[in-house]
Amino acid sequence: MSNTTTAPADEQRGKAPAGERVADWADGRLGIYSLAKANLRKVFPDHWSFMLGEICLYSFIIIILTGVYLTLFFHPSMNEVEYHGVYAPMQGVLMSEAYASTLDISFEVRGGLLIRQIHHWAALIFLAGMFVHMMRVFFTGAFRKPREINWLFGFLLFVLGMFTGFTGYSLPDDLLSGTGVRFTQGAILSVPIVGTYISMFLFGGEFPGTDFVARFYSIHILLLPGIMLGLVVAHLILVFYHKHTQFPGPGRTEKNVVGMPLMPVYMAKAGGFFFLVFGVIAAVAAIATINPIWTIGPYRPDMVGTGAQPDWYMGFAEGLVRVMPGWEINLWGHTLVLGVFIPLVVFGLVLGAMAVYPFIESWITGDKREHHLLDRPRNAPTRTALGVAWITMYMITLVGGGNDLWATHFHLSINAITWFVRIGFFAGPVIAFIVTKRICLGLQRRDAEKVLHGRESGIIKRLPHGEFIEVHEPLSQEQLHTLTQHEQYKPVEIGPTVDENGVERKVKGGEKLRAKLSQAYFGEGTQIPKPTAEEYKEIQEGHGHH
Amino acid sequence: MSSQENSEENLPTKQDSAHGAVAVADNPFADPGLPPHEARQQDLDDRTAKRSERTVALLFTVSMLATIGFIACFVIFPIEKIVYIWPIGKVSALNFSLGLTLAVALFCIGAGAVHWARTLMSDVEIADDRHPISAEPEVKAKVLNDFKQGAEDSVLGRRKLIRNTMFGALAMVPLSGIVLLRDLGPLPEDKLRHTLWGKGKALVNMNTGEPLRPEDIAVGSLTFAKPEGLEEHDHGFMNEIAKAALMIVRLQPEDIKDKRELDWSHEGIVAFSKICTHVGCPISLYEQQTHHALCPCHQSTFDLSDGARVIFGPAGHALPQLHIGVNDEGYLEALGDFDEPVGPAFWERG
Repeated sequence: MSNTTTAPADEQRGKAPAGERVADWADGRLGIYSLAKANLRKVFPDHWSFMLGEICLYSFIIIILTGVYLTLFFHPSMNEVEYHGVYAPMQGVLMSEAYASTLDISFEVRGGLLIRQIHHWAALIFLAGMFVHMMRVFFTGAFRKPREINWLFGFLLFVLGMFTGFTGYSLPDDLLSGTGVRFTQGAILSVPIVGTYISMFLFGGEFPGTDFVARFYSIHILLLPGIMLGLVVAHLILVFYHKHTQFPGPGRTEKNVVGMPLMPVYMAKAGGFFFLVFGVIAAVAAIATINPIWTIGPYRPDMVGTGAQPDWYMGFAEGLVRVMPGWEINLWGHTLVLGVFIPLVVFGLVLGAMAVYPFIESWITGDKREHHLLDRPRNAPTRTALGVAWITMYMITLVGGGNDLWATHFHLSINAITWFVRIGFFAGPVIAFIVTKRICLGLQRRDAEKVLHGRESGIIKRLPHGEFIEVHEPLSQEQLHTLTQHEQYKPVEIGPTVDENGVERKVKGGEKLRAKLSQAYFGEGTQIPKPTAEEYKEIQEGHGHH
Repeated sequence: MSSQENSEENLPTKQDSAHGAVAVADNPFADPGLPPHEARQQDLDDRTAKRSERTVALLFTVSMLATIGFIACFVIFPIEKIVYIWPIGKVSALNFSLGLTLAVALFCIGAGAVHWARTLMSDVEIADDRHPISAEPEVKAKVLNDFKQGAEDSVLGRRKLIRNTMFGALAMVPLSGIVLLRDLGPLPEDKLRHTLWGKGKALVNMNTGEPLRPEDIAVGSLTFAKPEGLEEHDHGFMNEIAKAALMIVRLQPEDIKDKRELDWSHEGIVAFSKICTHVGCPISLYEQQTHHALCPCHQSTFDLSDGARVIFGPAGHALPQLHIGVNDEGYLEALGDFDEPVGPAFWERG
């Protein structure tokens, strides 16, 4: 009986192509059709800057692939061994197993050096990619509602990426990375009250002990990457869920998303881009040596090389520590090591400032609407100037992190560089803020000028009475729209201080602060009023008289 | 924040109207809508499209060849072979060839896919609608209602005893995890205050392993020393040397400005901790003219003729000095441990 009822359906299915039958099977168990309905032809807008995040994602995948390979050969152990491998200069040298196995990966495993170098280069590119990706998101205002949480996920990925990188390059237990670990331990000791305890617990006793490589290893390959993988997935799910932001232009609104479909265009472009990134990193790893631990030697706490530098993303912390005056306060039998502890705190504050910015800005604007159209950086001068000020401070501190190299490479006095960084840390951001804001306003003026008077055509015309003029071509409606579509906020005012019954109400401090900040963001001199249609028409009619 | 007058007067109100697809006839700035699609050469001319197809296929083929090349290089090149490649210099033949073949194999797949997407796949832009992230009021009402029902069903609000004990249990159970972390390491106690140095310990040259005589140390030279009995192979060598590493210089006694430094020296020979008081790098640079010792990590500079006080850089205090003398056999020896902790400062240092 049942056979007769199901037979026609089976017959039908038998005729369907194999792919469809597989999809049917999967749909019956996973519901893939409903999942694909919204996503297969999901639209992604196109802009070169949207590839920056992809670079991060792909280098993260490359790091995981190469990292798994490296775990097959690396021995995370600090047992002392005498080296008897193929690398002649190290024959008979005492070293930890971690260092010895890193030498083996480099000299005895075929392709091991390549994978090591791809892993390290990809890590540098991952961090650099996140840095630039965050700049893109910041300067275009893509962090605004509804994407604040995703900004936080990205921020966490950046910070965790820094520490994953640090624990990773510390694993080979070479002289350079060991010096970096010592620096970290010294910084931990500066923490009031609990510093020595944290240090003892982290290192299993006194520095260096015999535990930290194994402990850093599990942090580096399991704990941090595990969290990061979760965050990356969450980050991508939110990108899909929110749908990507887009730059303004004709036909692009807050209510739509314009671009190409995931299948096939973005599958090909994004999938292909993974291979491009991987290919470029492989080429770099083939050509440029990175972290040649065999020339550095194994770690000894009483030895050091000159020109010791952390990987670039830690250079900023290094700079803070290098230029800070060596303040120490001794009171009641205790020492407050401000010279190291303040940089440690500033390090956290500078990073934390990034995390909280979206919430501060939305509090100041009071804007609770969703934003899917990106700002051009010039149209948000205060935000842009703040961002550039932050980057300026970061870069100046990065210079401080390499003050010895700047001194030796450019024949400068190290005292002069240190003082430059100390002053620049405070003055640089202020100057950068003012300059950036002016440039933004200048660009806004130019946009307004272009809208009202058209594009400079480069054609010089001589009028009958001898005057030379340059012919300006009016912009197309597309261009006019693109240049004038942006919104301009008005500063928030403190509401009436007396209510309708004439009773005075108390103005809270927060409210005053908000009004002040809003004034600083959107008040006088912070934006050029964009041209109005009336102005435009008036001028266009005026041109008719020529 | 919420208590403030959040009047939205300051917001530009026309977010929706300005971006509406309906262009107001007399507004020159109105959104004209999506521009018409511009055909590519490949869309119009089949020969151009064919050429694109061949380019993509060529790239994929090159990738296949490169993978074969990768395997060939893996087999052919011995791992120790070094070759000269202009302009990079001497490189490992295996690393270089594997890297480049892998790079070509990967890059060509990517280039092929991207070229395919750009030239042959449809490039007609599509507009998709966005929907607000926030739920509709009905949905919200239903969820809140469900939650309320669930909360009521749980009787948690009425059975306070269950609630309080549950919170208590949940709050306490992680304590086990924290307690388990206790054995990550020992307590600091006074570990950071003591080194291997002590009365009568001879100063042994770090490089030769021989005990040092005053006459071994020339004026202007920098010698590194360790306590006698501490050998590289010893268990715990690393931890001990991290604190005991010593730096010995000889000055003219009349150049020594600090009284205690002079008292603790022997014929102008002074011994200081080699571990920087900033964050613990070993100090390894010495300028004999000025008697300055420099830490190469963060450039803290110490004046060894003046109690090793800090004259530049981020270090917070002078290098600890070791009181030295000469034993009966004429060898340099310590007359005690350092009288203060070596290395970076810490809370209990005082």
